[in-house]
Amino acid sequence: MKKPRKLLRELGLFLLTIPVYLFIFLPLLWLFSASLSNQVELFTVPPHWIPQHPTLQNYLDIIFPGMAASSVPRTFAVALLNSIKIASAVTLICILLGSLAAYALMRIPFKVNSMIFIGILGTRMIPEVSLIIPLFIVASRLDLINKPIVLIITYMSFALPYAIWMMASFFQSVPIELEEAARLDGCSRLGILFRIVIPISIPGIISTTMFVFLVAWDEFFYALIFTSTLAAKTAPVAIAEFIGRYAVNVNGMMAGGILAMLPPVILALIFQRYIVSGMTAGAVKG
Amino acid sequence: MEKSIGIPKRRRTLRDQDVRIAWFLIAPSLLIILGVTLWPIIYTFILSFFVAPTGINQARTFVGFGNYLSMLRDQAFWDTVKRTLYFTTVSVTLELIIGLAIAQLIHSRPWSWKFLRFALIIPWAVPTIVNGAMWRWIYSADFGALNGILFQLGLIKHYIPWLTKPDTAMNLVIVADLWHTVPFVALILQAALAGLPEELNEAAAVDGANALQRFWFIRLPLLRPAILVALIVRTVEAFRVFDIVYIITGGGPANSTITISYLTYLFSFSYGKQGTGAALSFIISIFTITMAIFYIRFLYRPEETQ
Repeated sequence: MKKPRKLLRELGLFLLTIPVYLFIFLPLLWLFSASLSNQVELFTVPPHWIPQHPTLQNYLDIIFPGMAASSVPRTFAVALLNSIKIASAVTLICILLGSLAAYALMRIPFKVNSMIFIGILGTRMIPEVSLIIPLFIVASRLDLINKPIVLIITYMSFALPYAIWMMASFFQSVPIELEEAARLDGCSRLGILFRIVIPISIPGIISTTMFVFLVAWDEFFYALIFTSTLAAKTAPVAIAEFIGRYAVNVNGMMAGGILAMLPPVILALIFQRYIVSGMTAGAVKG
Repeated sequence: MEKSIGIPKRRRTLRDQDVRIAWFLIAPSLLIILGVTLWPIIYTFILSFFVAPTGINQARTFVGFGNYLSMLRDQAFWDTVKRTLYFTTVSVTLELIIGLAIAQLIHSRPWSWKFLRFALIIPWAVPTIVNGAMWRWIYSADFGALNGILFQLGLIKHYIPWLTKPDTAMNLVIVADLWHTVPFVALILQAALAGLPEELNEAAAVDGANALQRFWFIRLPLLRPAILVALIVRTVEAFRVFDIVYIITGGGPANSTITISYLTYLFSFSYGKQGTGAALSFIISIFTITMAIFYIRFLYRPEETQ
């Protein structure tokens, strides 16, 4: 008698997953479909759920300058490239400096390390909007507005504490006995860090790398304030700019949206098994 | 780990050397963090006592608590606080309830549960601005998917300009935000559920507790730490919401989606009143730092690191 009941339970549970799948995928499919629609199909009532004349024109318009005759601003490729450069630089600096700091804070006992650690944790909670005015004043004085370096530096305000916090919790799980054994064998502190702690923590470092890249890629507020020209504008700013004063360039916005989400989504899916450990360790990207 | 008491003399020098190395390793990060967070927040605090027109060489006048007081007397400020609290409470509550439900669903191992967990990563990884742009087009009055689908299902007779109604706009922004944040909560809670000991649950089942009782009296109390982490992180994030409002409504219609961060942005960069902006942003900081203290007390246990 147990069998049909079990089957019913299976079916019931599966039915419950359907609304979740719909909530996840319907908006994405609509975005994708819109990115493949031409101007005419995009503005039809009722909507064409699947474009009857799918086209890659929207993508070509925003990627290749001078290829299309449309009025779409052909700047998106540059903004994507800026995003890649800035997010990569931020990630690299955070992993290099952050791993050194995280190790010292976690594993070398000295008087104020827990104070510093708490301070670093606390800075993660300070909203960007509370830091922006002084940063903006200094950036203008130093003539850094519209330069990628200003974003690389300011992104440190959230990315570096985040990286230190995440790596600290990964380093913490390295067995202390290993370190002690290495010390007895005459290994220096730096030797321990580079030969033992870091190699063991590779999964944690991969996780941190991915998270820092994602938060840097996602950042919008600093980029909005600090960049407006092609020299440093990032992909999120370029997407926001598709909303003009009088009209929205929907074609560009949809294709741009798909392109801007590909790098973080692909990264996250490749490294999916590191995500949850990273979330519980870092728990910051909302 | 070694404690400072009772270290033999010959190891003292090693310890001194350790401290030097520690400072050497921390210094670069510490200097950067002090430079881009501590110094600006102090500057912001000082600036909040001045009338400071936007612009580099504008003269500033000291007004004491003037910026704070004029804000506290301003009805628009209180409306903004109310809206921000509404956004925070509603979105965080829904995230936790739906997130917990999805986590429990995955934990029940329905067909394709691994794929479901995989799929949840996608909305979480989509950049906030892309998420906002997508929902903006879904809500579009003339050609959006929401109107299209409701019309084709016969639920509405005419297309509705969703984002021009003050009472619906904020709720629609919340729905868009949920798409991005529910997966985060669900994934965290699912991981926590997977880590719980099954024996308790089985023992309770043997004792005759039904599924709901087991969930309410056994799983939920054990999940409390994970729920608290998600709650605090999400509250802090939600309270300073900016990006998604900027892209979907731009604060409109009739200011009905202006949150505190957005108001700060407007004061500092549109209205040219940096002093007021600084005062506002300091209020946000006080709130988030209070939350941070709870968070740190909860997450940071010195005995584990010392």
